[in-house]
Amino acid sequence: MLRYTLSRLLSLGISLAVASVVIFLAIEVLPGDPAAYMLGLNAQPDTLAALRDELGLNGSLWERYADWVGGMLRGDFGTSYTYRSSVSEMIGERLWVSLPLALYALTLSTVIAFPAGIWAAARRGKAADVTVMGVTQLGVAIPNFWFAMLMVLVFAINLRWFSAGGFPGWDKGFWLSLKALTLPAIALALPQASILARVMRSALLDTLSEDFIRTARAKGLTKGQALRRHALRNALIPVLTIIGMQFSFLLAGGIIIENVFFLPGLGRMIFQAISARDLIVVESVVMLLVFAVVLVNFMVELAYALVDPRLRARA
Amino acid sequence: MMFKPFRTGLVSALALAGAVSAAQADGSLTVAMQLEPPHLDPTSAAAAAIDSVLYSNVYEGLTRFASDGSVVPGLARSWDISEDGLTYTFHLAEGVTFHDGSAFDAEDVKFSLDRARAEDSTNAQKGLFAAIDTVEVTDPLTVVVTLSKPTGSFLFNMAWGDAVIVAPESADTLQTTPNGTGAFKFADWVQGDRIELVKNPDYWGTPAVLDEATFKFISDPTAAFAAVMAEDVDVFYSFPAPENLPQFDMDPRFKVLAGSTEGETILAMNNKLPPLDDVRVREAVAHAINRQEIIDGAMFGYGTPIGSFFPPHNPDYVDLTGLSDYDPEKSKALLEEAGVTLPVRLKMTLPPPSYARRGGEIIAAQLRQVGIEAQIENVEWAQWLETTFRGKDYGMTIVSHVEPMDIGSLANPDYYTQYDNADFQAVIEELSVTADPAQRSELFKQAQTMLAEDYVAGFLFQMALLTVAKTEVEGLWVNMPTPAVDLTAVHWAN
Repeated sequence: MLRYTLSRLLSLGISLAVASVVIFLAIEVLPGDPAAYMLGLNAQPDTLAALRDELGLNGSLWERYADWVGGMLRGDFGTSYTYRSSVSEMIGERLWVSLPLALYALTLSTVIAFPAGIWAAARRGKAADVTVMGVTQLGVAIPNFWFAMLMVLVFAINLRWFSAGGFPGWDKGFWLSLKALTLPAIALALPQASILARVMRSALLDTLSEDFIRTARAKGLTKGQALRRHALRNALIPVLTIIGMQFSFLLAGGIIIENVFFLPGLGRMIFQAISARDLIVVESVVMLLVFAVVLVNFMVELAYALVDPRLRARA
Repeated sequence: MMFKPFRTGLVSALALAGAVSAAQADGSLTVAMQLEPPHLDPTSAAAAAIDSVLYSNVYEGLTRFASDGSVVPGLARSWDISEDGLTYTFHLAEGVTFHDGSAFDAEDVKFSLDRARAEDSTNAQKGLFAAIDTVEVTDPLTVVVTLSKPTGSFLFNMAWGDAVIVAPESADTLQTTPNGTGAFKFADWVQGDRIELVKNPDYWGTPAVLDEATFKFISDPTAAFAAVMAEDVDVFYSFPAPENLPQFDMDPRFKVLAGSTEGETILAMNNKLPPLDDVRVREAVAHAINRQEIIDGAMFGYGTPIGSFFPPHNPDYVDLTGLSDYDPEKSKALLEEAGVTLPVRLKMTLPPPSYARRGGEIIAAQLRQVGIEAQIENVEWAQWLETTFRGKDYGMTIVSHVEPMDIGSLANPDYYTQYDNADFQAVIEELSVTADPAQRSELFKQAQTMLAEDYVAGFLFQMALLTVAKTEVEGLWVNMPTPAVDLTAVHWAN
């Protein structure tokens, strides 16, 4: 288990190093000067020069890369060009929206998908299966932002049960904040739950046709008992992979939903930062997201080993 | 039964939310706008959003803009101007304190003006202070500003958000903790979501009516519509989706305020790029444009046609739209006369706002009718500033110039329009040293006419300011003489 963990950690480190170079270069080649963006049409050349100096934009490419990576290793993400506040603090604040939202959506998605997938697999070809397959087909096909706007129309504008968006902040009350995240979480969870339920169903069906299930049935277990005791655990590997990918997607990919519900999350921050050429914020947030994705994959790989003892032995 | 815990949770959450909105009913107001300020110091960035939130509410200058655009006393209650127009003696208001409790006096004025014009200043409108020679404090309530040359617009310049008075002790921290002298104090900023202001109980002038004001930032037009309809916000300043306005107009809960701004929206042309360096080609472009079609198509009918680089609500405005009326036949004749080979291919860069993107598509279609092929390139603002505005690598572009009284910017031959006419430059030069209102008016008219006759740009329309508000909200500015949501007089009816 230790060697397995170490080899996964090494590949995690390499992925991060490569990502940092790619992110930095991709963003530095974008045309656009953050100082010019801030000072607008009437800025005088000497003012621009003064601001560029103040922001430290005059160093060489290599110097700026070394500064950035060195700072991150020390836990210092630098200071935003436009907001002029610490990037780590900005990210911290936004994470308090994006992370709970991603977890909320993932929980909803799992809570819906597991029973639905198992139910459909247990009643293969029957009405239940057809229903689940039909509904999830729809769930995969509907764009989440459209579904989000539909919910806003029904629950915020007509029924007035929810606000159309915004986020009060956790210090204003837990339930109030949770409520503000509910519609966005449902919108995010719907397609994810549909995908997960379908994966769950097909993984279970694959396992159910294996020899060991027949043996279990021959031993006298009912179909349900065989499914619960033997098939479920064996079907978990593809499901875990999908959950890991979904979490990364929910954390980084909430940008459209964040815009629909005007939530102050990470996605919106990246969006604003790109248009203002607040390069340091873009670089740091993208790097953080890469880190999160790599970390989640790492944890999923560890989870494989927990679920499947053969992986532990092999490594 | 399975869902019971969840439902109880939801019900208590709803009850809580209800309690909060009930408490907000009277002395508080939520104003939404699209763009969030990058930081909170109006003296070191051009972002209009900073002024929108803070101008007059939190920060004040020596003079200030009233809702009709006129310049009225601010922290300077009165002033004397010497005969030669070079010395301004400002008499400051008494008993003024900054929000952090420190006293305001003439030293703060001197500090603020000197800071804005210093060598390492990062003031986005440093040009406003260019004429200042010295700033002297004669006593705690009197400041004498000496100019190096007479400047007709000096009091006007001092009313800008970039010229507000700040205190030396807090000047470096204004970006996160604004400290001004206004009727509202800064309370909180949840980045990405909202800024909260509270009434300043120690305000030196007429106190604000509202106890609290919240600015919320909603960039997506669809979300903006939903937020107003769900009554999450009381006012939406500069509403981004004009197509939704008729619906608000019909709804008794809301009113739509349509006002004017300082934003001249133009199809700028690169006056040095062949064949646009030929005035006949520029005239051909101007006659190929059907303004009303653009206003209807891109702005859903909101906007006033303009014929030069000057706002129609200004008393010195001359209607010159006739010089560039829609006449495609004349365009074709002019192009033939200029001897250019058709089709003329020109790069048209379009920044993100919908007036530019939608307007650009319509203009491209209109130009095609006369044999001009506009090659549209959609760009972001940062890229537009670098390649179009500074790099001048463009043929045509659409942009709204929102600064008040900015006709003089076209006198700079290095400006992105690259318009270089010595006569026009002389008129602008004379304007800057003329203080007499009648003479100034005459010069403004001359300048407008020159621009229209030289077809410096395709002059499209004056941008409208569209505000949606709850019916009971009173005291809002309808026009936008400067980017500001001045809440000092806003109140709820009854």
